[in-house]
Amino acid sequence: MTKRPIRFYQVGSFAVGNRLLRDDERTVQSDPHRSNSIDSGHRACQGCGEALGARYALDAAMRATQGQLVAVNATGCLEVFSTPYPETSWRIPWLHSLFGNAPAVATGVSAALRVKGRSDVRVVSQGGDGSTVDIGFGCLSGMFERNDDVLYICYDNEGYMNTGVQRSGATPPAARTATTDAVGPQPGNAFGQGKDLPRIAMAHDIPYVATATVADLHDLEAKVERAMSFRGARYLHVLVPCPLGWGSASNETIHIARLAKETGLFPVFEAEYGTVTSVSKIRRRTPVEEYLKLQKRFAHLFGKNPRPEIVTHLQEIANRNIERYGLLDTADAPLARHATTAEVRS
Amino acid sequence: MFQVRIHGRGGQGVVTAAEILSVAAFDEGRQAQAFPSFGSERTGAPVVSYCRIDDREIRTREPVMAPDAVIVQDVTLINQVDLFSGLSPVGFVLINTSRTFAELGLAELYDRFPRPHLVTCPATEIALEHVGRPLPNAALLGAFASLTQQITLEAVQKAIRDHFAGAVGERNAAAAAAAFDAVVTLEEEFARADTD
Amino acid sequence: MLTQIEGSRAIAETVALCRPEVVCAYPISPQTHIIEAVGVMVKEGRLAPCEFINVESEFAAMSVAIGASAAGARAYTATASQGLLYMMEAVYNAAGLGLPIVMTLANRAIGAPINIWNDHSDAMAVRDSGWIQLFAETNQEAADLHVQAFRLAEELSVPVMVCMDGFILTHAVEGVDLLDQSMVDAYLPPYEPRQILDPDNPVSIGAMVGPEAFQEVRYLAHLRQLDALHRIPVIAEEFFAATGRHSGGLVHSYRTEDADTIVVAMGSVLGTIKDAVDIRRDSGERIGVVGITSFRPFPSLQVREALRHAPQVVVLEKAFSIGHGGVLATDISMALQGTGCVVREVVAGLGGRPITRLSLEKLFYKAARGELGELLFLDLDVEVVDRELARMKAGRRSGPSAENVLRDLGTTRVEGQGR
Repeated sequence: MTKRPIRFYQVGSFAVGNRLLRDDERTVQSDPHRSNSIDSGHRACQGCGEALGARYALDAAMRATQGQLVAVNATGCLEVFSTPYPETSWRIPWLHSLFGNAPAVATGVSAALRVKGRSDVRVVSQGGDGSTVDIGFGCLSGMFERNDDVLYICYDNEGYMNTGVQRSGATPPAARTATTDAVGPQPGNAFGQGKDLPRIAMAHDIPYVATATVADLHDLEAKVERAMSFRGARYLHVLVPCPLGWGSASNETIHIARLAKETGLFPVFEAEYGTVTSVSKIRRRTPVEEYLKLQKRFAHLFGKNPRPEIVTHLQEIANRNIERYGLLDTADAPLARHATTAEVRS
Repeated sequence: MFQVRIHGRGGQGVVTAAEILSVAAFDEGRQAQAFPSFGSERTGAPVVSYCRIDDREIRTREPVMAPDAVIVQDVTLINQVDLFSGLSPVGFVLINTSRTFAELGLAELYDRFPRPHLVTCPATEIALEHVGRPLPNAALLGAFASLTQQITLEAVQKAIRDHFAGAVGERNAAAAAAAFDAVVTLEEEFARADTD
Repeated sequence: MLTQIEGSRAIAETVALCRPEVVCAYPISPQTHIIEAVGVMVKEGRLAPCEFINVESEFAAMSVAIGASAAGARAYTATASQGLLYMMEAVYNAAGLGLPIVMTLANRAIGAPINIWNDHSDAMAVRDSGWIQLFAETNQEAADLHVQAFRLAEELSVPVMVCMDGFILTHAVEGVDLLDQSMVDAYLPPYEPRQILDPDNPVSIGAMVGPEAFQEVRYLAHLRQLDALHRIPVIAEEFFAATGRHSGGLVHSYRTEDADTIVVAMGSVLGTIKDAVDIRRDSGERIGVVGITSFRPFPSLQVREALRHAPQVVVLEKAFSIGHGGVLATDISMALQGTGCVVREVVAGLGGRPITRLSLEKLFYKAARGELGELLFLDLDVEVVDRELARMKAGRRSGPSAENVLRDLGTTRVEGQGR
C-alpha cells in the first residue's frame, strides 16, 4: 500500500484537493503533462463514471510505464464512445476486437511483446462488467490461470448499458433493468445470483486484485500504479456509476460511488496472491437506503408501495461485506448505525 | 500396388505397425502410404490400419478395400470383425496366434488360398520373450517380411529401430527377426510337405 | 529432405521453418498432432523465439492470434470443425482487421450428430469470412502451402487458412519432401506489419465504422482478395523456382484437354478421382479432372477457362448447403454462366464416408452416359432413409433420427451376417 493517512477533508466528500498536497503526492491527472490517454471530445454521457475511471486508470498506467502502454478494449460503452467514426479519443495504441475476447487478445499482445523483446511495453485490457463477468469470463479466467502479463480493468456499471440497460451477472439484486423489470412480486433483479468477480479473480492466486470506485480517484491511481509494479495477471475492478442505467443525476456520480463504498455494498480492497492485504475502511457508515434512494433503478423499493423487507435484504448483503472484509474501523469510524443492522445480527 | 490391412485392438500398436511398415518400404526406395481407420476408439476396441506400397505415386485415399495381405494382431477379433473382406484370392493372411487355422475354425478359408499364403505366428509369445511386453506388432512385421517378401527383414528392423529408441528398438528388432525365422521354418515345412 | 512422415508432423515441421512467433492452440481432433508437435519444438527450444500458448478455447486461440498479430508477431494456430465454429466470431474479426494470421484447418464434419471424421462443412461455414482458403491435395502440398500462406498473408495483410482433409491427410504417413531452413528464410521475409500497436506511433485498431464507410472497408477487403488471385500463382511460381515443386496455385487440370466430362473437386479426394479417371480413360471415356486449390478467393476466370470446353461438369464436394445443394457447385455454375456447360452436383464423403474408387467409377460411367441428375448423394443408403421417413410418417414421437438410423444399421448388419 502506498497510501498514507491524510485528514484533510473537503465538506461531504472525503476527497483531498490536490492543492493541499505536496507536488509528488498529487494525482496523475493534476499534472499538466499527463498523457491524456483518452482525450476529450469522446461521446460518453454526462456524468459517465466509466469515462472518468478509464481516464484516471490509463493515465496512471501510462505514468507507471513511462508511456510504454498498449490498451485492448472489449466491445461496450467505452469502446463505442471513444471511437465514434471517424474519430478516436485514444492517444495510446489501442485495439478493439470483440465483446468477449479482450483478455485473450491482450494475452496475444503480451506474448508478441515478449517474443519481440519488448517487455518494457505493458498491456492493459479493459471492458465493462458484461464483457468481464459474462461473455468474456472464459477468456478472463484463462488469462488469469496462465498468469499472462496483463492488467485487466473492469469498469463495472452493473449492467449492459451500451445496449440499453439489461441485466448482467454484475447487476445487484432488486435493481430494475430492461430485462429485470420492477414488476411482479419480486421486482427487479433476483437475489442469490450474480458473480463476485474480484473474489473469483483472487481464487486464481494471481499477483494482484483490487477494487476501487470513481469516488476515490487518488486510490484508483495508486492501485493502477501498484498493479503495474507486478508482472503477471492483475485484476482491477472499478465501480463506475452510470447515470443512464442507474437513473441517477449526472452530478451525483461521485457521490453515489462513495455511498456504494460507505454502505458496504461495494467493498474496496486490495489482495495479493489470493490474500486480502488492505481494505478501505468505511469512514461514515451509511444505511443502504441513502445509496438506493438516489437511483431510479431502486425506486420501486420506496415511494407509494415501499418494500422495506427488500431493503433489509440488501442491507444484509452490505453487512456481510462489512464483516467479510472488516470494513469498519471501530476505533476510528463515527458510526451512523442503521436500525436494521442490529436486527440482522440478532 | 501392394495393399495391407492390419486388424487389432486399441493399444496393440496397430497404427504404429502400419507406419513402421510404410517407413520400411520408403527406406527401400518405394512409395508408401500408411493411415489408420480414423475413429475415437479407446484401448481394447477393434482398430484397423492400412498400408499401401507401390513403385509409383500413390494417389488414392480410400481405405484398403481389397487387401493383398491381412495381418490380424488379435485373434479374438475373428468372430467380431469381417477380417478378410475383399482379400485378394491370391492374398496373404498373417494371424498372431500359436494355433492353426483349423483350430481357429478357419479351415475353409485356409483351403481357398495358395499355400503358404496363410500362416499363423505366435507373435505375442515372441514379443514376451524378446521385448518383455505383449506387443506383437514388431514381430508380426518380421513375419510379414518373410511371408510376402514385399520388404526385407533388414528394412523392417531399421524402421523399428528408428521408431523405438535404444534397447526397446533392439529388442523389437530381435522379435521381428525371430518371427521372420519362424515363418521361414514354416515355409520350409510346407515346401517339404509339397515335395513329399 | 524426403521423409516418410505423418501429415500433421510434416505441417508442424514446416510451420516451424516459417518461424512463427506466437502459436496458440486448443486441442480438437484431427488437428491435435500438429499443435502437439509445434509445442514440443517450442518447449525444446528448437523453435525460438516463439511463445506457445495453451488457451482455454478456440475462441481464445484466434483472439490470442489477433492480439499477437496486431502487436507485430507472426501468429499461427490450427483447428477443425466445432473448433472453427466456436472461434467463428474471431475468425471474421481477424479478417475484418486485416491481420495476416495463418491457420491450418484439419477439415472435419460439423455436428450434430457429432462426428469427428472428414468433410468440408467447416471450411464452407467460414467461406464468407474474408479469409483466403487454400485446399491441399496431398501432405506435400499441405506442407508447401503453409510456407506460401505466410508469404501471401503478410504481403496482402489478409489471414490465410490452409485446408487439409482431417485424418485422411493429417494422419496419413507418406513421403513428404521437407524444406530446409535456408530455403524458407529466402522465400519468406520477416513479417513487416501494415499496422502495429506501437507506443511510439499510437493507432486505434478496430474502431467502429458506421454506414458512412463500412461498405468501402468491405470493398477494400474484396479488392485484397482479388489481388490474391494475381499473387497466388506468382507465389506458387516462385515456390517452384525455389524448390522445383508445383504446389499451390489457383486451379489444376488433369487430362482435361479433350474431355466431354470434367470432374471438379477440392482436397485429397482428387487423388482417388484421378485413379478412377485413368481407369475410365482406359475404357475410352473422355473424362478429366480440375482441382480447385484456391477456394477463396474464387478464381472464376481460371475455372471458366479450365472447364468451358467440356459439355458436362460434375462437381464432387464434401459439403452442401442444406436446403439448396452444393456450395462449390454454385460457384462453379456462376463461373460457367453463358458457356452452355451442364453442371451436375455430387455430394460425397460426408462425415468421413469413404469415397471409393469403385463408387467413383460407377459415377463417371453414368456421367459419361448422361445419366446424372442435378444433385446426387454418392452412396446414399436409400433404404435407411426410407425407413426413417416411414417412422416419421407413422407417428409424431418418432424420436431422434440419428439414433433411429444407427439402430437400423445395427439391425441390417446383424441380419447381413446371419447372427
